[in-house]
Amino acid sequence: MHDTNSTIKKKIPCFGFILHLHPRKVNPSVLRFHLTFGLGGMAALLVAVQAVTGLLLKFHYVPTPQGAYNSILNLQETLLFGKMLRSIHHWGAILLIWVVFLHLLRVVFTGAYRKPRHSNWHIGLLLFILVVFSNFTGYLLPWDQLSYWAITISTNLIGFIPFGGSWLKEVLLGGTEVGRATLTKFYNLHTGIIPFSMLILMAYHFWHVRKAGGVVVAEEFKYLDNIDTNPHLVAREFVVALVLLAVLFFLGSVFDAPLRDRANPAMSPDPAKAPWYFMGLQELLIHFHPFIVVVFFPLVLLFAALGLPYFIKKDKLYGIWFISSNGKKAAVYAMFFGILITLFFILADEFLPGPEIVAPNLPTWITSGVLPLTVSLIAVYSFLRYLKKKYLLNRAGIVQTFIVFLVAAYSILTITGIFFRGKGMSLVWPW
Amino acid sequence: MKTINIQSDKKDNSLKRRDFLKKAWKVLGLVLMAELALFVFDIIRPSRKEEIISGNGELKDLGHVNDFSLGSVTPDRANKLFVVRQGDGGFMVLSLSCTHLGCAVLWNGEKQQFICPCHKSVFDMMGNVLSSPAPRALDYFPVHIEAGRLRADLSQKVQRKKYSINQVTYAV
Ligand code: HEM
Ligand code: FES
Repeated sequence: MHDTNSTIKKKIPCFGFILHLHPRKVNPSVLRFHLTFGLGGMAALLVAVQAVTGLLLKFHYVPTPQGAYNSILNLQETLLFGKMLRSIHHWGAILLIWVVFLHLLRVVFTGAYRKPRHSNWHIGLLLFILVVFSNFTGYLLPWDQLSYWAITISTNLIGFIPFGGSWLKEVLLGGTEVGRATLTKFYNLHTGIIPFSMLILMAYHFWHVRKAGGVVVAEEFKYLDNIDTNPHLVAREFVVALVLLAVLFFLGSVFDAPLRDRANPAMSPDPAKAPWYFMGLQELLIHFHPFIVVVFFPLVLLFAALGLPYFIKKDKLYGIWFISSNGKKAAVYAMFFGILITLFFILADEFLPGPEIVAPNLPTWITSGVLPLTVSLIAVYSFLRYLKKKYLLNRAGIVQTFIVFLVAAYSILTITGIFFRGKGMSLVWPW
Repeated sequence: MKTINIQSDKKDNSLKRRDFLKKAWKVLGLVLMAELALFVFDIIRPSRKEEIISGNGELKDLGHVNDFSLGSVTPDRANKLFVVRQGDGGFMVLSLSCTHLGCAVLWNGEKQQFICPCHKSVFDMMGNVLSSPAPRALDYFPVHIEAGRLRADLSQKVQRKKYSINQVTYAV
């Protein structure tokens, strides 16, 4: 025991500090990789990598519309490993979104959001929003055609929020369109305010994990004797960290971060797309009224997520994936349903005559607002009713099935938006 | 008896004073918070400085009236606008930002239409929407014509539902 301890201690940098973030002993059940997939730890490591690569990029980046693009070119062409540095930061940001999102799903599907972990669920949601916002603000910085128009489109969406939407847009942009003030603002948010807030929230997040006595332990494993964190947990985390770093460096050295032409405010590329993680929203926007996409859906989701720990609290089933074997079956069903119905809606909207042709006099808030929303809600509601009866689902089961449906539907929307929308945002084959 | 009275009087007084001080602290705290909020708000709110820096605060000279032939549309990409001269000689200066999500629209001379490359909105020569998703006509800039020079106020982008004759300026 003592031997392993001291050998690891010698080999892992900052060992004492990392050890300090953990409890001294843990339940052996939490060592199973498939309980957490180490996703929280991966997120933490990626945040650290982003901080280091970002600080290095900052030495060369010039945050002005005149200087930004050239400073990136310069960095890529003259700096040793400059291109790789930028690519690693690029891939790290993409992986971070994925990892944090999967971490969120893992917390949901193992029931770890419930009391006593509800505060940590809320902190986590905040962290998730910060990660997305961090990606969004970083997207503008290269000041190429991709970034300029992606930010233009996304921020114009905010302008559709009734009462104060255009004001909010102006606050974010520092003017009426993307320009010098926007770059200054985004640069400050991306390299100062967001990372600083994230650091503080992460410390708080980790403290809460410890306060709750570590990660969720299923009822059936509670009887097990705790074992030493060091080396059992720490060694495993170390392996996960090495693999993640290897993947990241591989991506960064083989696939270059994209850089298009210098931003030209007078000429938009065709098609002009939002950043990839917002493509699902942009796709929805083709089918729904902007109010529904930009205000209704996000607000409903946010409040549903915040209220989740209070909506489901009695349930004793946690620490296992998908509650029960029935829960698993319902989840698989919901996934297929989500994929198929989304595909069906996209194709129907493309090829069937729309309500604006059948009834040209109806206002758009009915034809692309109330009408499609009602149809979709009824479809989803009936499906959930059916699964509830078929698999005798309880409240937690239904919510979980619904979340699986949402994830499947959003994935299809995102994939369609990224790969199957060509010139003028019409449906095309990607090859 | 007397002494006790005096003492309780004193106690009352000091209690009052303490209450007062406590309240004063609270009020001061609130004032501080309000000042802080205003301060932060003033930092993040959009400033009009941008237009002064970019020189958009004044009237922009776009050329001589006779540079634009009757019934023509001339793109001015540097200023992100189109100069539209109607057949009857009236001028209109349109913003090139699509009213849907802000892409830069293109002038198609053959079809005599503005077409947005992003989601296929189509506008006529006056900026009216011919095909959605754009919700309203292209924005325009107020035009002033002095001594034959065409000038536009680029700091004021005017939004409108659709074209009307009083948006047009004539050279006199
Ligand atoms: C920068 C982003 C984040 C980092 C670095 C992070 C890190 C971590 C770590 C290291 C753990 C320990 C368990 C594990 O590895 O899974 C954890 C647990 C947890 N996280 Fe996160 N997390 C982040 C974002 C989120 C998000 C977006 C949510 C959900 C909204 C969330 C909710 C939770 C909850 C509820 C726990 C406790 C789970 C349990 O006890 O089983 N976190 N986080
Ligand atoms: S931005 Fe012009 S149609 Fe969407």
